Order: sequence, then C-alpha cells, then structure tokens
Amino acid sequence: MRMKRMAAVAAAATLALGLVACGDNGSDEGTGSGGETKSFAAGSTMERLNKAQAIKVGTKFDQPGFGLKGLSGKPEGFDVEVAKIIVKELGIPEDKIEWVETPSKVREDVIVNGTVDFVAATYTINDKRKERIAFAGPYYEAGQNILVKKDDTTITGPDSFKDGTKKVCSVTGSTPAEEIKKYVKDVATQLVLFDTYDKCRDALKGGQVDAVTTDNVILLGYIAKDEASFKLAGENFTKEPYGIGVKKEDTDFRNFINDTLEKAYSDGSWKKAWDDTAGKFGAELGDPPAVNRY
Amino acid sequence: MSQQNSVLYDVPGPRQRRITLISSVVAAVLVLVGVYYLIYRPLDEKGQFTSELWGPLVDPGNENFSLVWDRIGIGLKNTLIAAVLAIISSLVVGTLIAVLRIQLKSLTRRRFTGLATPVSYLLRGLSVLLSAVTRFCVEVFRGLPVVITIFFVARGFPEFGITFDTLWYLVIGLTIYNSVVIAEILRSGMEGLPGGQAEAAAAIGLSPFQTTRMILLPQAFRIMLPALISQLVVVLKDTSLGFIISYEETLNIGKQIIGALDNPIQVYAVIAVLFIAVNYSLSKLAQYVQRRLSRGRRTAGTPAQNPPPAALMSQAESSGQGV
Amino acid sequence: MSVLIDKFDVFAGGFWLTLQICVLAAIGALILGAVVAVLRISPVPPLRAVGTAYVTVFRNMPLTVVMFFAAFGLPALGSNADFLRIPGLDAIFTRLGTDLPYFRFALIALVLYTAAFVCEALRSGVNAVPAGQAEAARSLGLTFGQNLRYVVLPQSWKASVVPLGSVIIAMIKNSALIGFFGVVGDLSATADQLTSAEGYAFVPVAIGISIGYLIMTVPLGALLDRIEKRQAVAR
Repeated sequence: MRMKRMAAVAAAATLALGLVACGDNGSDEGTGSGGETKSFAAGSTMERLNKAQAIKVGTKFDQPGFGLKGLSGKPEGFDVEVAKIIVKELGIPEDKIEWVETPSKVREDVIVNGTVDFVAATYTINDKRKERIAFAGPYYEAGQNILVKKDDTTITGPDSFKDGTKKVCSVTGSTPAEEIKKYVKDVATQLVLFDTYDKCRDALKGGQVDAVTTDNVILLGYIAKDEASFKLAGENFTKEPYGIGVKKEDTDFRNFINDTLEKAYSDGSWKKAWDDTAGKFGAELGDPPAVNRY
Repeated sequence: MSQQNSVLYDVPGPRQRRITLISSVVAAVLVLVGVYYLIYRPLDEKGQFTSELWGPLVDPGNENFSLVWDRIGIGLKNTLIAAVLAIISSLVVGTLIAVLRIQLKSLTRRRFTGLATPVSYLLRGLSVLLSAVTRFCVEVFRGLPVVITIFFVARGFPEFGITFDTLWYLVIGLTIYNSVVIAEILRSGMEGLPGGQAEAAAAIGLSPFQTTRMILLPQAFRIMLPALISQLVVVLKDTSLGFIISYEETLNIGKQIIGALDNPIQVYAVIAVLFIAVNYSLSKLAQYVQRRLSRGRRTAGTPAQNPPPAALMSQAESSGQGV
Repeated sequence: MSVLIDKFDVFAGGFWLTLQICVLAAIGALILGAVVAVLRISPVPPLRAVGTAYVTVFRNMPLTVVMFFAAFGLPALGSNADFLRIPGLDAIFTRLGTDLPYFRFALIALVLYTAAFVCEALRSGVNAVPAGQAEAARSLGLTFGQNLRYVVLPQSWKASVVPLGSVIIAMIKNSALIGFFGVVGDLSATADQLTSAEGYAFVPVAIGISIGYLIMTVPLGALLDRIEKRQAVAR
C-alpha cells in the first residue's frame, strides 16, 4: 500500500517537475525577455556577462533532483535552479543560459579553460580542487552514504567493505569513488566504476554488486523511485558541501555569487528551489549552510 | 561468393533437400524454444516487456512518444553531422597525407644532382627525415584506439589554450585516426597500380606530382571506393564514442532518455536497430558501387587491374572498427 | 614526466589487464569467427542465413551498444557469465574468476563483436582460393567437409593471416572501451584515473598510455607488413 503511494507520489513529482519547469519558462519570458542592464564594477566578470546577455553554465545532465536533462531537452534540478537564481541576479534572462554538460571528471578543466562561466554540478568543495579553481558557497551540504538492497543486513557502513568480499559501485573520477577506496580491501575485485550512477543502480538491482556509494541525496533519488528495492545503509560518513565553481582568481565574481546565495537564503527562493526539485525525494534541507568567504 | 559456394559442394539432390528441410525445421523449432526459455522468459519475468518500458519508444499514443523521438531525432542529426564532417575532413587530410608520403618517397630516391654536394646531402637528409616523421605519425595514430585519440584531443587541446565545441573535438579525434587509415588505403591503391602507369606518365614528361595527381590518384580512388565507403560505416559507428566527451549524439541522448524513463534495455535495443539499419544500407551501397565498378571495367574492355591487397580491404573494414 | 616513473606500476597494471583481456578475446573471437564463417559458406540455407544475420548485426552495431548488452542485458537474463570461470585459467587471467562479472561481460562483448570481423577475414581468405582448386577437389569426389579441410582451408589460411591480424589489432584498440563498462584499471581507464582523480598533468599520462597501446599494436602491424610483403613476392 505504502509502496503504491510512494510510486504515485514519485510519478506526481516527476510530472510536477516538468510542469514547474514549463511554468518558470513562461514567467521568465514575460519578465526578463529583454534582460536588465545592471551596473557592476567596470571590468568585472559580472559586467562582462551582463553586457553580453549570455552565459554558459556547467551542470550535470544525469543527476536526478540536481541536474537531469529529461525528455524536454532542458536540464532540471536543484543545481539548475540555484544557477538560475545567480543568472537572474546578473540581469540575464533565463533563456539566454547555455547549459553545458559537465560530468565529474571535467569540472575543473571547463572552468580553467573558460568553457563555462561557472559550474553548479553537485560539486564538492575540497582543498585539492581549490588548488585549480575557487568555490562560492556552499549552498547545500550532502554526505556520502551507501545504497543497498532492501533486505541486506550485512552492510552497515563503509567498514563492511574491509573484509574484502562485498562489492561496491561508484562513478569514475568522483570523490565518493576515491573515498571508498580507503575502505575496500582489494580494489580490483571489489570496486566497479561506471560513467553514470544509473548503471550502478542497475548493477545493484541485478545483483552484480552489493552496494552503490555516493552522496546521500543522489541515493535518496533512487530510493524515491523504487522504495521496494533499496535502502540506505547507516549514516553519512563524510560531509560533502556543494559549491559553485568559478575561476580561481575571480574573487569578485565569487563574492557576488556568495552575496546572491545569502540573498536567496533570506528571501526564500533557495528553499523554493529545493522544494521544487530534490526536496521531493524526502531529503532534509536543514538550515542554509553559511557561505565560506575565503 | 555464390560462385565459390557452388564449387564447394554439389547442388543438393531431392534426398539431400528433404534432409535439409527437415533438419532446418527441427533446428528452427529448437532455436525458438531456446529463445523462449533463455531470453523471452527471463526478460518477461523481470517485466522487460511491459508497455510502461516500451510504450514511449514504440507506441505513438504514449504521452512521451513524440518527446522521445524528437530527442532521438536530434541525436541522429548530431551523429550524422559529426560523421559527415569527419569523413569529409578525413578524406581531404587522408589524400594529402597519401600524396605527401608518395612524394617524399620519390624525393628520397632523388640524388639532387647539379647542386653543391653539401646542399644535396642536406636535401636528401631532409627528405629522409621528413619521410620518417610522416611514417612515424601514421604508425602512431594508426596504432592508438580512437577512444584515446578523441579523449586526448578533448583533454589535450584545451591544455594548450585551444578550445572548440565538443563537436569539433569529436570530428578532430575521428579525423586524426581515419585520415591516417584512408591515407594508407589510397597509398596502397596507388602503389598497387601497374608500374606501367607511372612509367608512361613519366615518359610523356609529367612531373612526379603531376603523375600522382593526374594518373595515380584518380585510379586509386576508383579502386578503393568500396573500401572508402566501408570506412564511412566505421566513422558512423565511431561517432558513438562522442558520449565520452559529452557530445550529444544518438547514444548520449539515449542515455538521457534512460535517465528519465528508466528503460535502458529498450532504448539500447532501438538504438541498435537504428544503427544496423543505417550502416547496413551503407554497406549495401558499397557493394553496389563495387559491382558497378567491376562491370564498368569489363565492358570498357580494359585489362583487369590488380585487385587491392586483401589485407587492406579488410583493414579498411575492420581496423577502424573502433566500435 | 615523473608520473611515468612514480606511477609505473599503475601503467604496468593497466597494460597487463588490457593484455589479458585481449589475449582471451582474440582466442574466443578466432574460434567463434571460424564457426560463423563455416556457417556462412555451408550448404544448408538456414545456417547460411544465421551466419549472415550474425555478421550483419554485429558489424553494423557500435561496440558501445554490444558492450552495454553484455554488461546489462546478460544480468537481465539472469546470467553472470559464470560459465567463463574456467578452473585453472582464472589463476593466469586474474579477473576471470572473481565474483565481479564485468571482466567476463567485457570479454563476451569483445568476442561477439570481433567474431563478425574474423568471419569476414576468413571468408575473404576462402574467396581468394582459386575456384579451380575447389572444383578439382569436388571432381575427385570430396565432400563439403573434406573439400574445406584438405583443399580450401589450408590455402585460404595463408590469405587470411594478414586480414586476421588487422582484425586483432583493431580489437586491441577496441578494448579501450572496457573501462566504461565496469572493468576497473585497464590501460585507458588509467588515463582517466591519473588525470582526473589524482590530478596528474595530462600530457605525460597521455604519452604513457600511448606507449602502452603502441607496444601492443605497432609490432603486430610491422609483422603483418612483413608477412604481406613476403606473400606478395611469393605470388
């Protein structure tokens, strides 16, 4: 019974997601068709983007709840909505955004090379990445967790992989994949890496692997879609603050994004973005994380 | 092929035909039973045949049908764009490389008489060096997986501050590999021509370059046309590697559809059918061209030319098979 | 450039894994390809149809799709390809016998895909045998099987060697895809791992990976060139 209800909710959520996206487009075409010329400091990134009235944003196309390019051909999700808030603050209409797919492993490169103007793609802030780029935010704090089959009682946390029998799946070049390597005994026989988490989930369902590990919000998305099959094993064992990636030297732009995020915290648009997207998977939003101005 | 078959065994008599018929029927029944128990039943048990999974792909009445096919259409268009650009640039670059290698080869044999000794030695050394360098490049790019070439282009170019759209990374990656293969096809086509062709050209006073351009290259193109068309099939298949660098070709779009609808097996099955249909018609075209060419030769009454070496023909078909 | 020395064991491990799957896949593809080739020239029309259909399907599908069906279609059929866990062999080929089936799935995909090309290479060899040979054999009263075994195949083998070699070289290159389908640590996945996860500079890693593949492909290619030249002289 409950299962059926969940399925219905999920279906409704998917539908609503589509509707919301459409609604947004409609309203934005009304308000922002011409864009606004705001005044920014001369020579700053904000001024350049505002003058150009065009922006390239990197996000994921395969992350339910955060950045998923669905049948409409437009990406939808929390990252996408946050990016839209920032773009709006720059005085650029939403339909002038060019979305660029940025899978985990290319995110630093596209920022450094200038392929995109900023990246919002479940992008964990860490020191190694800060060597090449800079982060605004965080705007959300996730944590790595483990997805297992509903009837599995043998995996209780990352330590369950230490005896060398349980097999775990993650995505090439991602932080969770690197993190879980600390726990598995033999990478060759215990770790499977694919290019998307969908494949990991299918492998878990088919029984080729015993667990999938990545950030809890992503896993919650899979549970919401198929509550009869999956559950989380234990608590989050890392903290993954999601930030907005910008060029390393571009402190002005970083501060601007931080200001925008704080504004979005207080005027409720941040919470609305969450509720419309990933919030539907049942993850806790909690209090807004304090932005880190370093 | 049919000629070869008919000489391998006798035309079956009535008894043999009966046996064949009976055993074919038995085998067909066995296959059907096997398919049912090994493929259909397990898939059915896992609910892989439900209209929920297949509907968006095959049922025009489904709410998502037109959305899904719009997306697949975009993917096919992008695949074709990348394939056409790649094959055109591969042909151009490949021809240039082939001509360059042939020219360099004749240069290395030249003695540069009439020039001061050091200059002639310098020139000979230079041509030998250039010839070695081109040979090295050809060997290296022929020996690397296309996946790696595409990946290197997409990661390496930006490293040196050169950035394009993903489409161009894919096209450049495919061109690097396929132009080298095409160059080798053309070169061996030119070298496989009867020696009299080049000799006659030299006798009427054509320069080596003119000989290549006016005598050798056109003939090599003609002989190698089927192999070149087969290479097109290879390129078309290779564009599917675009998913590595997030180029939105058919397979990548398929991945996005799977993300929305959760029907991987069904989507991949449809994509497989699409690829097979397009590539099958292309290889049929190659066969047709080959038939026409050989017929054309016969009716013209010219002596049969040396067929291209078997190795190269199959290399054209397979070495690039890189997916 | 120090990454080439510091991480030599990673490159070597990747090379070793790629080599393992290539050796296994080459053997499998040669066997399966020979079977399909016999089907394609057999006197029984339905068998010919099966052979032709096989080649048509696998030659025209991108390997990525074949890989996908091996890695996700087979599990849907309830198989983990356990029949490939051959006792004894798994001691040599380290990933063959593990519980993790993705090495075996990738192997199956490579074999299925390459067999279609092997079949075509063998068939081109058979076609290269002058028709008079088979006719003479038949007029001596040899059956189809005898004809193939004593007259056609021994001669066609010579003509097939070079195309077969090209097919195997292509297969080695194709194996670069296995990293995208669950096999961890092959040569091409190593590039990904070192550059994106561990942050090494791109160019030296690219050079290391290239050397790894070229070690496998270039000598084989040079060998084929020699054989071809020899045959050309013999002809």
